[in-house]
Amino acid sequence: MKKYTKYIKPYLFFFIVGPLMTLTEVFGEIWIPRLMSMIINTGVANHNIAYILRIGLVMLGACMLQVSTGVLGGYFSVRAAVGFTGDIRSELFAKVQQFSFADLDDFSTGSLVTRLTNDLQQIQQMVMMGLRMALRSPGMLVGGLIMALTLNRDLALILLVVIPLLGVSIFLIMKTAYPRFTRMQTALDALNNGIKETLTNVRVVKSFVREDHEQDKFEGLNGDLKQRTLDALNTVIFMMPVMTFFMNLTAIAVVWFGGNRIIAGRMLVGDLTAFITYVTQILMSLMMLAMIILQSARSMASFKRVSEVMDFVPDLDDRNAARKDKEVESGRIEFKDVSFSYPDENRIEDDETTSVAMPKAGTGMEARHGAGNDGEDFSVLQHISFTIEPGETVGILGATGCGKTSLVQLIPRLYDATEGAVLVDGVDVRDYSLENLREGVGMVLQYNTLFTGTIAENLRWGNEDATDEEVRKYAEYAQADGFVSSFKDGYDTMIEQGGTNVSGGQKQRLCIARALLKKPKILILDDSTSAVDTATERMINAAFANELKDTTKLIIAQRIGSVKDADRIIVMDDGKIVDIGKHNELIGRCHEYQEIYYSQVERKEEVPA
Amino acid sequence: MTRKEKLTASLERRYGKRVAAGGRGGGPGGNAARAKGKPANVGKTIRRLMVYVMREKARLAGAIICVLISTLSSLAASYMLRPIINTYIVPVDGSRGDPAGLFRALLVMFAVYMAGIVATYLQARLLTRVGQNSLQRMREDLFAHMQELPVKFYDTNTRGDLMSRFTNDIDNVGNMLSSTLISVFTAALTLAGTLALMLYTNVTLTIVTVLVVPLMLMAVRRIAGASAKYYAMQQSSLGQLNGYIEESITGQKVIKVFNHEGTTMEEFNILNEKLKAHQIKAQFFGGLMGPVMNCSTQLTYTLTSVVGGILCVARGFDIGGLTVFLNYSRQFGRPINEIAMTTTAIFSALAGAERVFAILDAEPETPDDADAYVPQPMRGDVVMEHVSFGYNEDHMVLKDINLYAHPGQKIAFVGSTGAGKTTVMNLLPRFYDVKKGSITIDGVEIRHYNRDELRKNIAMVLQESHLFSGTIMENIRYGRLDATDEEVIEAAKTASADAFIRHLPKGYQTEIDGDGSNLSQGQRQLLNIARASVSRAPVLILDEATSSVDTRTEQLINEGMHHLMDNRTTFVIAHRLSTVRDANAIMVLEHGEIIERGTHEDLLAMKGRYYELYTGKAELD
Repeated sequence: MKKYTKYIKPYLFFFIVGPLMTLTEVFGEIWIPRLMSMIINTGVANHNIAYILRIGLVMLGACMLQVSTGVLGGYFSVRAAVGFTGDIRSELFAKVQQFSFADLDDFSTGSLVTRLTNDLQQIQQMVMMGLRMALRSPGMLVGGLIMALTLNRDLALILLVVIPLLGVSIFLIMKTAYPRFTRMQTALDALNNGIKETLTNVRVVKSFVREDHEQDKFEGLNGDLKQRTLDALNTVIFMMPVMTFFMNLTAIAVVWFGGNRIIAGRMLVGDLTAFITYVTQILMSLMMLAMIILQSARSMASFKRVSEVMDFVPDLDDRNAARKDKEVESGRIEFKDVSFSYPDENRIEDDETTSVAMPKAGTGMEARHGAGNDGEDFSVLQHISFTIEPGETVGILGATGCGKTSLVQLIPRLYDATEGAVLVDGVDVRDYSLENLREGVGMVLQYNTLFTGTIAENLRWGNEDATDEEVRKYAEYAQADGFVSSFKDGYDTMIEQGGTNVSGGQKQRLCIARALLKKPKILILDDSTSAVDTATERMINAAFANELKDTTKLIIAQRIGSVKDADRIIVMDDGKIVDIGKHNELIGRCHEYQEIYYSQVERKEEVPA
Repeated sequence: MTRKEKLTASLERRYGKRVAAGGRGGGPGGNAARAKGKPANVGKTIRRLMVYVMREKARLAGAIICVLISTLSSLAASYMLRPIINTYIVPVDGSRGDPAGLFRALLVMFAVYMAGIVATYLQARLLTRVGQNSLQRMREDLFAHMQELPVKFYDTNTRGDLMSRFTNDIDNVGNMLSSTLISVFTAALTLAGTLALMLYTNVTLTIVTVLVVPLMLMAVRRIAGASAKYYAMQQSSLGQLNGYIEESITGQKVIKVFNHEGTTMEEFNILNEKLKAHQIKAQFFGGLMGPVMNCSTQLTYTLTSVVGGILCVARGFDIGGLTVFLNYSRQFGRPINEIAMTTTAIFSALAGAERVFAILDAEPETPDDADAYVPQPMRGDVVMEHVSFGYNEDHMVLKDINLYAHPGQKIAFVGSTGAGKTTVMNLLPRFYDVKKGSITIDGVEIRHYNRDELRKNIAMVLQESHLFSGTIMENIRYGRLDATDEEVIEAAKTASADAFIRHLPKGYQTEIDGDGSNLSQGQRQLLNIARASVSRAPVLILDEATSSVDTRTEQLINEGMHHLMDNRTTFVIAHRLSTVRDANAIMVLEHGEIIERGTHEDLLAMKGRYYELYTGKAELD
């Protein structure tokens, strides 16, 4: 909890004044029955109407005090809670900005979004309610007790018996109910996931005629949910009767003992009425208190999930970078005996009970190899060494899962090498500031995203200050200008979320243009032209060769045609480099290269290109 | 414009239209704003709901009796205080009190209380049961009906929308059935009873109390109005911020690659500040209801005390009467408030029920003929003659498609997105029915097949790979539930999936989470192929089944499936031309028509569209 104090500080005034207002409100509420008893005891008993009216005015004043402090208390609590959670939200979002790729893989997208939205909302509710109710209920409890004691010490003894009894009963009910509610929630999640799955896979279900199978599954889950809901609800429905029982029992006891006292002339009848009111207030507030505790127990889960992100130490930062002011100048790349495996996946306990339906973002990595059955070395990359000179164009080929993506991701330090070193311009990438390094390395990711906004806005991600001419020029290099200009709104065409209103090939070309605008020294294309036709791809490559002579270019591709004209081609297989060379050399000597080649081009038949 | 103003304007343009779905975040006053639309036909919806509830007639009747008992007993007990005070404690005639009588009276009071408590418990228990049983049935009906709906229904409704009917809407209905309705009933009963007792006790005081009610209602309406307005603003800025969060977290990797963290943070903070400002207003007005309601209760209490005191002095009103009246004045506001609060909830639940019923009313797939054809077994001779089809009447997606495919043949479809490739394949398992022309398998029109049998004989691998939660073994076995472990592994080998599965720490027992997010897209596709191959169906449809698999692995799959395809009819849709090169016939589709057909060699020799595609002169989108 300590770490949250700094978010309280800016709103300390509200955090203090809010509850104070509430206390004043409680005071008014407790005072009023006391005033009423004075009307009965003194006013009515002495037939003094002037006194009754006088006290009436005081009561009216107490009402006003109560409502004004109530309203103010509400206002201050809202200010405190909204400010507090707003700041945490901002801090949390900033934290995610510092996450490394590995960290992002660990928390799924859906879970991060839930934490930033639902969980924080939950916390805000709790803080707000806490500030309003946390002092209110105990205040009512204590105030009511004091009033009861001053009214009649002996009668108050009844409360001493009832309160612990009620407390224990509520505790027992909640203790039984809480785990049952958790189980109910689990059953609900299971049902929802089941439904979601069937809905998503409806074509599969239908084509394999598995409707009955799905129906059986569903009925099981549905029945389960009902049973668990009944279990949970059947416990909490005890709450009301038990509460009423104790309240009524107390009322009867008060009337009995109080009545006898009044008969004996040791107590005034007005006090009896006031006493019953206080007893009701006290027991009600006890009930409220229990509710608050239950509620906050639920919010604690949210607190925990938010804290998890707050406390998370990003596994990659540039705090210890030796040469923070160094910028990428020429674009020379060197891998020195580099090995790499993805960090252990389950670093975070991630229960996505409340998560919204959301596809996990493409992790951008191919098959994740962990330690296999038989303890072999399944590192994604194993002892990789090579050098690429500035301005060179290098293609990378290999089967799905062989480590191509992993390899290039080490250059802009999206992940850190497990062993060995990656050098850019002769300097270890870990010695650059992340900003300078990534400024110098442009990368088009395999699973790419365009953002809500116009095409021009999306392209300017590469360079905010780019002029319209510049934007157009680089779009031309990426062969995107043609189709963009054909749109009615041209560069002002809105891209919908996820870029669903442009075709796959168009999206890829826009992503390339966006990276080009950065004017990077090193440009990495990770399978970024897979949906672009080969003729257009050739034009993009030609533009690269003519306009980006000084840029080092790394191109991962599935199609041999995409990299055939590269200065060199790296052929990878199962985390290792099999061969490096030109197309003509590889076709002669490299078995894997030949296999890839012939899987795309029929043997003996060279297609005129 | 400053940079901040510029960003704000840009954010407004990009995210301005989003609104967060009615959440649970609002104050009580927000209820009005949260109600999702008004039900169109209240009477009809209630009647249909009653069908569910009426299956529980006995429980329901019991519950209503219990409600009556508990309400009456609490009213009676509260009134008993008056005779007790007036007769036994401070006798009106001025005589001494009577402890023995007091004891007897309190015993009666205790009995009345206990009856009420027991009734309260029973009522809750019965209603919970009624509610849950009805919910279970409603969910089951909904799910069962959805299973029978045609694919078209799923193509025209979003998954999110359907999900929300299962969750939010059904939840609302459930709450209404098990608590809201009864609480309104109880409140109304209590209100009437209290009012009657108040009138019986003292007419003047009753008038004084009732006078406060319109004041209170006015205040409530004012606050609710303001609260609804600000709540809507809050939901809109919450929607914008949530949309922004979702988008930037999904695209977080791109943000990092472009060093865009700074701008993202700036934009986020603008939206966050806006939300804060709106939230303060919305939550404040939402929270006003409590203090204001409280105040009116206290006001009534004060007025009752003063006027009651004066009545005691001037008109000889009894103290016992004043005491019970003071209690009534405290509880009088509560039922009114409760009724006001729950009517909106009831309307939104009815609207939810209506949305659920709307699905139940959706037309299911046309039933099979009584003498529907059951193939035994199917050979797989597929003939399409003059097939035309459109998703709606005025626009034909497929025009005059003719083809003949027999067992052992591989027929490929090539063409741009939207050319109609997937649509052709949707017709075969009757996801959609042809508009003109006919499709026959083994000489029998597919319309006349028993639909389940038809589909059992067609295995599909779809572009979007779909997996179910469960182990890999279970997922492959989905293709044929009685397949042995050996057969599953055999199928995995055929699909070249065996190798990577064995590499997984738990092998075939690896649990798939979510939609298989722990596997790569390519691996998921391989599992889908394995699932289809275990099914042994004589007709196989591969719709972009290997789009995420590298060409070498694809070739391995092709080799693996070669003997499998021997006596099967295979249809292949692919973007990558290398996938379809060895097909017996390749159909080039454009705008719903087959413009070229023939083998790879034929088509190259034709120097037409296929040739252009193959040589890279044209692009497939």
